[in-house]
Amino acid sequence: MSDPFIKLHDVYKSFHDTPVLRGVSVDIAKGEVICIIGPSGSGKSTILRCINALTPVDQGFIQVGSIQVTSKNLDMVALCHCVGMVFQQYNLFPHRTVLQNVSMAPIQVLKQNKAEVTERARALLDKVKLGHRANAYPGELSGGQQQRVAIARALCMQPQAILFDEVTAALDPEMVGEVLTVIKQIANEGMTCVVVTHEMGFAREVADRIYFTDGGLIVESGPPDEFFANPADERTRSFLSKVL
Amino acid sequence: MTRDRGPSKFSPEVGIDLAGARKRVGTALNAGLAGVLLSILVVCVLVLAVAILHGTDATVLAKLAKWTPFLAQGFLLNVVMSLIAISAGTLGGIFLGMGQIAPFGWISWPSKVLTQIFRNAPWLVLLFYCIFLLPYQVRIAGQTFVVANWLRASIGLTIPVIANFSEIVRGAMQSIPSGQWEAARSLGYTWRQSVHQVILPQCIKRMLPPWMNLYAVLLMATPLASIVGTQEALTNLRTALQAEADGRLLLPFYAYLLSWFFIYSYPIARFSMRLEKRFAIH
Amino acid sequence: MKFFRALHERGGINLTIFYDPFDMSRFIHGLYLTVVLFLICAVASVLLGLFAVAFLTLPYRVPRAIVRGYVAFFRNTPPLVQIYFFYFGLGALVPTSRNAYGLPVAMVNNFDWALIALSLYAGAFNVEIFRAGIEAIHHSIVEAATALGYSKAATFLHVMVPLAWRISLPALSNNLIELLKTTTLAYAIGVPELLYVSNQIWSDNINTFAMMNVLMVVYLLLVGVVAIAMHRWERVLKLPGFGAAR
Repeated sequence: MSDPFIKLHDVYKSFHDTPVLRGVSVDIAKGEVICIIGPSGSGKSTILRCINALTPVDQGFIQVGSIQVTSKNLDMVALCHCVGMVFQQYNLFPHRTVLQNVSMAPIQVLKQNKAEVTERARALLDKVKLGHRANAYPGELSGGQQQRVAIARALCMQPQAILFDEVTAALDPEMVGEVLTVIKQIANEGMTCVVVTHEMGFAREVADRIYFTDGGLIVESGPPDEFFANPADERTRSFLSKVL
Repeated sequence: MTRDRGPSKFSPEVGIDLAGARKRVGTALNAGLAGVLLSILVVCVLVLAVAILHGTDATVLAKLAKWTPFLAQGFLLNVVMSLIAISAGTLGGIFLGMGQIAPFGWISWPSKVLTQIFRNAPWLVLLFYCIFLLPYQVRIAGQTFVVANWLRASIGLTIPVIANFSEIVRGAMQSIPSGQWEAARSLGYTWRQSVHQVILPQCIKRMLPPWMNLYAVLLMATPLASIVGTQEALTNLRTALQAEADGRLLLPFYAYLLSWFFIYSYPIARFSMRLEKRFAIH
Repeated sequence: MKFFRALHERGGINLTIFYDPFDMSRFIHGLYLTVVLFLICAVASVLLGLFAVAFLTLPYRVPRAIVRGYVAFFRNTPPLVQIYFFYFGLGALVPTSRNAYGLPVAMVNNFDWALIALSLYAGAFNVEIFRAGIEAIHHSIVEAATALGYSKAATFLHVMVPLAWRISLPALSNNLIELLKTTTLAYAIGVPELLYVSNQIWSDNINTFAMMNVLMVVYLLLVGVVAIAMHRWERVLKLPGFGAAR
């Protein structure tokens, strides 16, 4: 792999003496879709949160494109322009309409032209099949619809990579499919995606590479067919036997 | 198990974790102590600031010391009036509050109307009412008793306390999940028994912080009695200032009285804040 | 007018403010002063509360300590003594100018002091109300704003203030009603507001009981107007699906 787009090197992170990441290194190429799986509390989400600097690391090095995330004078706006994030709890702003949620950050943070952003936001809402709900408030939408708005919101920042943090974990089962379809579509269009998920079938289908984390370490990784067919590590086997 | 287990959703530790509860109240008490120390510190700073403002005039401090017993006498009356009003008001508020949620319209409607009237009327207006309209003397068993001004003021302060506490009681009772009422009803309790045996005991925890707040508000209202001529701290302070007739004393004297109230009230406020936090977790 | 005169002569209920032009005009002026006092203090105390709470969110100790001290002091001392402290204590330090007749006039008069004292008093409660509103915002919402590149100040302005404002409104309307009731304390420093003029009227006409009832009804009506207005505002700002769930 030549010149990774997202690079984590030997990242350590503890919360109050509890180690969460104990030397994590990951290289993700441009356009690659990776899925991170593993038991709860193994540090999956923390990896994502370190990549977009929501959680400062204790030790180690992270780079996204030309931005050094672990540098002291990090340009947060540039990083957010480069990497979008979709949360488990959607985290839409309840006081803004769906359209405003999608368009407000590019206008207010990136200072882009309002008309252009609004047009782009409408197109993105159409893309996630919510164009007809543009003027609704988030509280009026179902969980699956809110999550699709959140994806549109991340896309509207025109990022080069998107982090998905267990985006279907809070959804009712019948809504999981609609959200996964949208993510699949984005992945197929060549967006760099880092997906933390419990949906093994989805991971197998969409990922270029699967990472398995346990106890704050990346235990093993590989292309999905290989990974699911012959897991090398005992911990991976044990985990897969429980979830598959 | 037929015994009511309390609102498990809100207080899983009821009857189980007494040591923990004590510890929590203990830390709350510590917060109260810290409050006392902090308030004393604030007052020291205040007195110092005043002293500096007035060019470290020793006579100001001497005058403050000279009038302190007289002020203390007045302040004692503030405390006494507040204690009378909170005791009577709490008792009255429980009845009026229970009246508000009583299942009989002929009780609940008048209770609601009385609560709203006396809760929304200015304290000072209610105080005027009581001072002017309560009898100056009453005859009990052939004996004539003079109703002292401070006693009528206390009654004037009691009325808004009743109304405010009534609202606290109503809020707390209605916050109990309806399942508790239904459970009590299904065990054959009457409405009165449900209130006494099941609902009210659960409410007390929720009513405590707002009750303490109410007491603080009440104490802050006691100087209003000076407007209607009660010899409490503020009246005594103004008497002292008139006797001294020295403009330089105005600022330090009023600051001094403010600090008295602060020292008395701040620890209570801290304590109730701490309790509120403890209870809010569940 | 005739009705109220007849009510006085035959019914014994003497409501001079409804038939005596002088009493009527001073009563209306008192009502006007109460409303003006309330409106100015309401706006000032809300602005004060917002500014102070913005200081509380800053990572600096000194401004936070100042705000906490201000809140603790004004919440734990009697408003009446505060008003006296301002009017008599601080008022004595304020320079006086001379009017056209050469008489000394305080640069800050009793109405101004009532405005200052009541605004500071109500403002201290507003700080606590807004602080609670901000604390009630789920931290993940703030995090989402951070992930979209919003700076701390922009997050405060665009996300936290609009949400905290809505959460705070019910408590704020309670406090504004308290403020309206507290405007009666301006009576103590001779501001001719509603209570003060009513006192004058019942002293002049010896119609204490009737006048007090009028006073009570007027205050209850004023409180009702504030309560209804604030409730309307709450309904206008109400967000679908937000509030009860979170």
